[in-house]
Amino acid sequence: MSLISAKGVSLTYGAQHVLRDVDFEIRAGEIVTVIGPNGSGKSTLMRALLGVKAPQSGEITRKPGLRIGYVPQRLAIETAMPLTVARFLSLPVKHTANAIKTMLERVGAQGVETRQLASVSGGQFQRVVLARALLGNPEILILDEPTQGLDQPGIAGFYGLIEDIRRDIGCAVLMVSHDLHVVMSASDRVICLNGHICCEGTPTVVSAAPEYHALFGHGTRGTMALYQHEHGEQCDHNHAHEGIENHGQ
Amino acid sequence: MDNNLVYALLAAIGLSFATGPLGSLIVWRRMAYFGDATSHAAILGVALSIGFGLPIFLGILGVALVMAFAVTNLNNRGHSIDSTLGVLAYFALSLGLVAISLTDQPGVELHDFLFGDVMAVTAQDLLIIWGGAISILAGLIWRWVPLLISTLNADLAVASGINPKREQLVLTLALAVVVAVSIKVVGALLIGAMLLIPAAAARGLSRTPEGMAALAIVIGVIASFGGLFSAVTWDTPAGPGIVVAAAILFFLGGLSKR
Repeated sequence: MSLISAKGVSLTYGAQHVLRDVDFEIRAGEIVTVIGPNGSGKSTLMRALLGVKAPQSGEITRKPGLRIGYVPQRLAIETAMPLTVARFLSLPVKHTANAIKTMLERVGAQGVETRQLASVSGGQFQRVVLARALLGNPEILILDEPTQGLDQPGIAGFYGLIEDIRRDIGCAVLMVSHDLHVVMSASDRVICLNGHICCEGTPTVVSAAPEYHALFGHGTRGTMALYQHEHGEQCDHNHAHEGIENHGQ
Repeated sequence: MDNNLVYALLAAIGLSFATGPLGSLIVWRRMAYFGDATSHAAILGVALSIGFGLPIFLGILGVALVMAFAVTNLNNRGHSIDSTLGVLAYFALSLGLVAISLTDQPGVELHDFLFGDVMAVTAQDLLIIWGGAISILAGLIWRWVPLLISTLNADLAVASGINPKREQLVLTLALAVVVAVSIKVVGALLIGAMLLIPAAAARGLSRTPEGMAALAIVIGVIASFGGLFSAVTWDTPAGPGIVVAAAILFFLGGLSKR
């Protein structure tokens, strides 16, 4: 069954169209990755799916009572608020010291419980935010560019962790990413976004799609391009290729 | 001790129980300006109360509510509102001063409304102050966790099924009530100081949000004793004395961190 679905969603900031006529669906246990250049509306789509931002038109449906674990792009921690890691992990739902300790170990950030959240390093910080999301026993994890500011081993480590966790608890994962290669191989389905959905499908299909290359250049061709499309057009705003080759589950 | 001093102490201590946690939230949300705009509007409330023969408390509460909702709404529209807030704050203050002069009432001591007159607190004032402070404290405790997560990050709050805008309502109401009950203690010009300074002093010495809110109450209570001690010993004005004492604690706290 679908956890979150969007139908014909359009969203504007002022006069600027950020999302146009986007259809989206994610089902239990699926890993879906949204990729797109800067300003393509990725974060806006995430925030609309979360319910933070209401679309101007279209419809977003969340499964009633859906437990969402959210890891935002940047969590600007207000240094004015004193906050230990353990207290942060108990917001808003209280967890036992034992559950917190176990979860921090699980995400590879053991022993930081009593540290001030604002003083935790970048890589550990994202793991702490992930731990908070996981403590809520989520049906879906939503990660908005979770590896921003991490180095290459840090990025690989973080996605490896996400894959492990998904295998363990079977939650759906929806993520936004720039780190195309790392992310795509682990995804069931990749959505290429640029204000609207340019192309969508399994990683191999998307990496071979001309729309994908139009957006990201040809650097990845050859590594994942297992088969080619005959579509010659570039990804533009006429929706010529929306939904092609949708092999998602 | 005479009755006036006991009443004054009880009034200032009661107020501290509200301003500690509320001030902490205002510091975390960087809303100091909201406190100023709302409290400056109190003078307009005084003018309306005198003009229409209403109890002062009700007039201030009404105007503070209107102002608190106006500034919250402005903030939610998401523009940079620093200058708009400043304009509103000074407009309300000056309009209040002009309006009071027009009411042509003899014996209106403007000074007392601007800086408080805690030594003249009556038993009825005490009831209002403690009633207001307890309501604020109860409201904040009731919504504490949702308020914390909304303050930390609105998107995280939404993902956890909390509506940050609704939580903000509690804060807006609390701000209006604190302005209405504290005018007698520190006056319209110094309410913002009572919100800001104890919380800021508690910041460096706390490890959790709850610890900071509690310590801000303690600092407010100590400052109340200090300001009133100074008032009876050296005949200084009580409201400003309390604020000075709180500021001294703020500096001492800063030094102890070195």
